[in-house]
Amino acid sequence: MNTKNIDEIIALSEELRWEIGDDFHDNLAESIYADASKIVEDTVIKDNKKSNFRLDAKIDKIVTSRIWGFPIMLFILGAVLWLTIIGANYPSSMLATILLDNIHPFLKSTGTNLGFPWWLNGFLFDGVYLAVAWVIAVMLPPMAIFFPLFTLLEDFGYLPRVAFNMDNLFKKSGAHGKQALTMSMGFGCNAAGVVATRIIDSPRERLIAIITNNFSLCNGRWPTQILLATIFIGAVVPESYSSLASLLAVIGIAILGIAFMFFFSWALSKTVLKGEVSTFNLELPPYRPPVFWKTIYTSLIDRTMIVLWRAIVFAAPAGAVIWLISNITIGDLSLASWAINYLDGFGFLLGLNGVILLAYVVAIPANEIVIPTILMLTVMVTGIAGGVGNGVMFELDSVTATADILKAGGWTLLTAINVMLFSLLHNPCSTTIYTIYKETNSVKWTVVASILPVIAGFIVTFLVAQIWRIFI
Amino acid sequence: MENKTKSACETCAHFNADGLKKLGVKTDDFDFVVALAGNPNTGKSTVFNALTGLRQHTGNWPGKTVTRAEGGFEYNEQKYKLVDLPGTYSLLSTSEDEEVARDFILFGKPSVTIIVVDASRLERNLNLVLQILEITNNAVLCLNLIDEAERNHIEIDTRILAKDLGIPVVPTSARFQRGIPELIQTVSDLANGKITCKPRRIKNIPKNIEKSVKELSDTIEKQYPNISNSRWIAFRLLEGDTQIIEALKTGKIATNEY
Repeated sequence: MNTKNIDEIIALSEELRWEIGDDFHDNLAESIYADASKIVEDTVIKDNKKSNFRLDAKIDKIVTSRIWGFPIMLFILGAVLWLTIIGANYPSSMLATILLDNIHPFLKSTGTNLGFPWWLNGFLFDGVYLAVAWVIAVMLPPMAIFFPLFTLLEDFGYLPRVAFNMDNLFKKSGAHGKQALTMSMGFGCNAAGVVATRIIDSPRERLIAIITNNFSLCNGRWPTQILLATIFIGAVVPESYSSLASLLAVIGIAILGIAFMFFFSWALSKTVLKGEVSTFNLELPPYRPPVFWKTIYTSLIDRTMIVLWRAIVFAAPAGAVIWLISNITIGDLSLASWAINYLDGFGFLLGLNGVILLAYVVAIPANEIVIPTILMLTVMVTGIAGGVGNGVMFELDSVTATADILKAGGWTLLTAINVMLFSLLHNPCSTTIYTIYKETNSVKWTVVASILPVIAGFIVTFLVAQIWRIFI
Repeated sequence: MENKTKSACETCAHFNADGLKKLGVKTDDFDFVVALAGNPNTGKSTVFNALTGLRQHTGNWPGKTVTRAEGGFEYNEQKYKLVDLPGTYSLLSTSEDEEVARDFILFGKPSVTIIVVDASRLERNLNLVLQILEITNNAVLCLNLIDEAERNHIEIDTRILAKDLGIPVVPTSARFQRGIPELIQTVSDLANGKITCKPRRIKNIPKNIEKSVKELSDTIEKQYPNISNSRWIAFRLLEGDTQIIEALKTGKIATNEY
């Protein structure tokens, strides 16, 4: 390409720019708008009196009002979670019965009959298969309920109203109002939330949105929260209130996450990411009745299955790793035992234990497998008779069985609360970390976004543990 | 000599709808590139899904699509690559998603651009439409969400609109598959040169400015004989758009890297 000619074009344009003067931009914009309104005048007939926009405006007046805006948001979040908690219970235990009680023993005996050596049998069926089966049993039912409900809300047009309601809070914390949309996406998946920050045009505010997206409780962590709240929080109150109590606990954690997001947005915008808050236009689209069955179908097939597939892909190798570290021994202890003993002291300070910390290291690829990993490691350390030996993800057909294992592992109410907190406040999964790197193109900000939540998690769990031990 | 007259059925878009094959993500060796452009939340991704059989994430809020998605369909034995672009209010990009859209419309040289608009908010949408018509010669206006416009008692005279804009206009409701066969037929006609557009160019520009624009765009055309949007580039250069100057310098405008 001849650069000399290009320079000539640019020089000519600069010369001409002087000639035509400053109002060129306004002239052009005016011409466009004049053209547009002339065209509409000739082609569109509107009957404003009969318009449905009035109904939309009426709904908006309520759902975005100062008084009702936030209660309605909380109510909707609560309803979605309640349906998820209640609805997921039965299919979960059914899946566990099929996958763990029936298929697993069948696979093992088939392996034995085929003459597999013990280590191959264990590695394949006690490691890889059980990890996958567990993830399906724990993850699939809540996802299959949560995602379609969320998608229905999205199709209806509620998300922009959430953004509208929260705009003021974001402005006060020095962040962009559209962060409400990326935050909502994060409730599904943090990696998706990070990609969605592209709608924020100021680089400063976009970075804030990326770094704090992890405080949106993602779909890999909802089941952890729901399970622990059901077992431990629900048990504190009389039985008739137990599902209400666990519901409130989960909502509390989600809101705490939002609070942390605001706090860190504010802290970042006051320190390393100083700058003006930019203004923007947000369209409130008309409410559209969702195409119900189509939405259910696509959100099941696409979002649920894609996320589940990802969980399975990560669970299989994790299962292998768990089996290996529990069966390879150095001296008289397995690798896992060494690690757990090593981490136990630090874990105690945080009101957690070595098993939980090790599980979070193993589960960096996917949050979904934290609970299965914890259970399996606990079984191994406590030596509860599962009958099958080291590194076996235990056969659990009900929530009670899970509770028994955790309690045998020394869990108290404090442990459960701190695991719920730590599940909210720890590093993003590896997919999200990689996405952050791709979006920011910066090692520095990727490290910040990965480390910041873990530090917050250490501090919060440490403080909760100390205060708990002093007063309770 | 046999003079074969087509029956009324054969010329109808619904008759030919059988010739549509949704190719999903298979987009290698295509005959035409078709871009989907338009304001945010007008249903571009829904149109995209209806044509390709893919299931791009759709939802009722502006800003879902932030990257370029590609899919394919085959119609009457010709293969089309369809590119779903993030929504944008104008071609003066500010955020990264809008830049993706602008760059593709400007430099991607699509054979046909489908401009998707919200039928009940036509005036606001026309701002972008008129800007795109400055750039491209082959476009069709997809008057989407027509069901919503009808519900709100908004009537649009599509024939006059087509005449005013100089491009074909197809009313659709992509969510309910309405108008999709007609849209495909029109895209195919445009791609094969059976319909020629006379896109409306922005009028009412003061004389002295028009003269400068002409001088500059002639110079640009001399440098890049194949360029179809020299007038728009001249507009941008006169406004001192640094991104366009950069694109000129790096040769992005001339090469076909998309």
